[in-house]
Amino acid sequence: MAKKATVKVIEGKTEEAIIGFLKSLLEKGVVEAMVIPKALPSQDGFVQTLIRDPEKLNGVCVLSPTMPVQSARVISNLSVKNLGMKVAAILKACEIRAAVELAKFLQVKLENLTLIGIDCPGTFEVPDYAKMVQEGKGGEPLRKELLKSMEKGEISPPSGYTFRTACQMCEYPVPQTGVIIKLFGYKADQEIGIEIGDKLEKEIEEKGVLSFSDSEPASRGEVVNKVIAERTKKRDALFQEFKEIVKDLQSFLDRFSTCVRCHNCMVACPICYCKECVFRTPVFEHDGDQFLRWADRKGGIRMPTDTLIFHLIRMSHMVTSCIGCGLCDSACPSRLPVATLFRSVGDRIQKMFQYVPGRNIEEVPPVAAFREDELKIESGAL
Amino acid sequence: MADFEPRIVAFLCHWCTYTGADLAGTTRQQYPPNIRIIHLMCSGAVDSIYVLKALIDGADGVLIGGCHPGDCHYQTGNYKARRRVAILKGILQQMGFTDNRIWLKWISASEGKLFADTVTKMVDDLKKMGPNPMKQLWNA
Repeated sequence: MAKKATVKVIEGKTEEAIIGFLKSLLEKGVVEAMVIPKALPSQDGFVQTLIRDPEKLNGVCVLSPTMPVQSARVISNLSVKNLGMKVAAILKACEIRAAVELAKFLQVKLENLTLIGIDCPGTFEVPDYAKMVQEGKGGEPLRKELLKSMEKGEISPPSGYTFRTACQMCEYPVPQTGVIIKLFGYKADQEIGIEIGDKLEKEIEEKGVLSFSDSEPASRGEVVNKVIAERTKKRDALFQEFKEIVKDLQSFLDRFSTCVRCHNCMVACPICYCKECVFRTPVFEHDGDQFLRWADRKGGIRMPTDTLIFHLIRMSHMVTSCIGCGLCDSACPSRLPVATLFRSVGDRIQKMFQYVPGRNIEEVPPVAAFREDELKIESGAL
Repeated sequence: MADFEPRIVAFLCHWCTYTGADLAGTTRQQYPPNIRIIHLMCSGAVDSIYVLKALIDGADGVLIGGCHPGDCHYQTGNYKARRRVAILKGILQQMGFTDNRIWLKWISASEGKLFADTVTKMVDDLKKMGPNPMKQLWNA
């Protein structure tokens, strides 16, 4: 059973209380380095930063309101070859779920990693946030406002802005991992919660990082459920809207007519990890004669011919593991609803195998397993 | 649609269905000539990309033939093929492509008759369905 602790916040400085806890993890040697979002010198954006010196934790931003890259990728880079130290990474729920999926595909090695999750109110598009900062709507006041609103789960973005679509429909505001920084249901200017899983609870207690009280606000469960219910409603509405637009492949191509084939959705996707991607090989580089034969048979063909096959193939590779972080949406220069597409298709396929990506490291991805007595799909019917 | 002759691309595994197709020939089973066979070592070697490329570039149907469950020469290839086909069909259905144009069929080396019957039935079904709309998406 996970142990619960409450951390007092002094003078309403919530972020400092969280940083204090993280600092003591470093100082007391529970971990030796930490990956954590920190503001860029320009102050209008954040990046994951690898920190060794506890003093450098001053001014980090645990509740970073943007997600410029999927941090699962960052920790994949960090951990996959020769990570000889214990490193903690402060991640949002979707980043942890992506990291778990990547660990299943041997792209993240969890041995030396401690994934620390933080309750997530949602994030903003990177350019939106930069604009907010210019307009004086960003920075610490925004984070304070978000923290305050998480007590009752009534989170609203600054006027004129919205959370990223993927965040609006994310049913996983609370991360599932060994160390969770809990904000929903807490009066953040007075206290916050921390939950420690089996693996670390003993060490954390012995080293005097935290003392466990095993209590949390009675309203937390209710608040979390409320947030999940709202987002699930939004998700279902978006799925429905999408279904009405995409009725068949032609209507899909009509909706995606502005796709410029930049493959950004693939580049941003944490699940697309192949080092040698089929779309970066000459698979679709046919002989000129071949193209001419097609054109001859059909009278004429549009070139390049790969929009549909690109999205279909990419989906057949990643939908079973799509964790819905929506970085594909953020990366799309044509603002196409790629995340809604991948999530709505993913939903169907994941249900087919009762698979929830990122839930549990022990669950085998559907593409890597089978059951002998399943899927009676011989000669068609599904 | 009397004149429409569907074009089927078949991916057949070496150990069962391809040998079954061979048996259909040596035992003089009749089946329509609408099928183009691609010989693979295992149905588990069929990538979704082969199926989609065939359908988009001109096939009206794709047949994937493998050993019966439990009979795979490589133990588990056909089970993996089955999952892959299920995922691919699920994706297409969610995107509104509900035609039954991708067939997965277990046909053993001794089932020449079953192979001939399968092709006959598939051609019949595809004739009723008409040309594959997917192959027309790129027509200029």
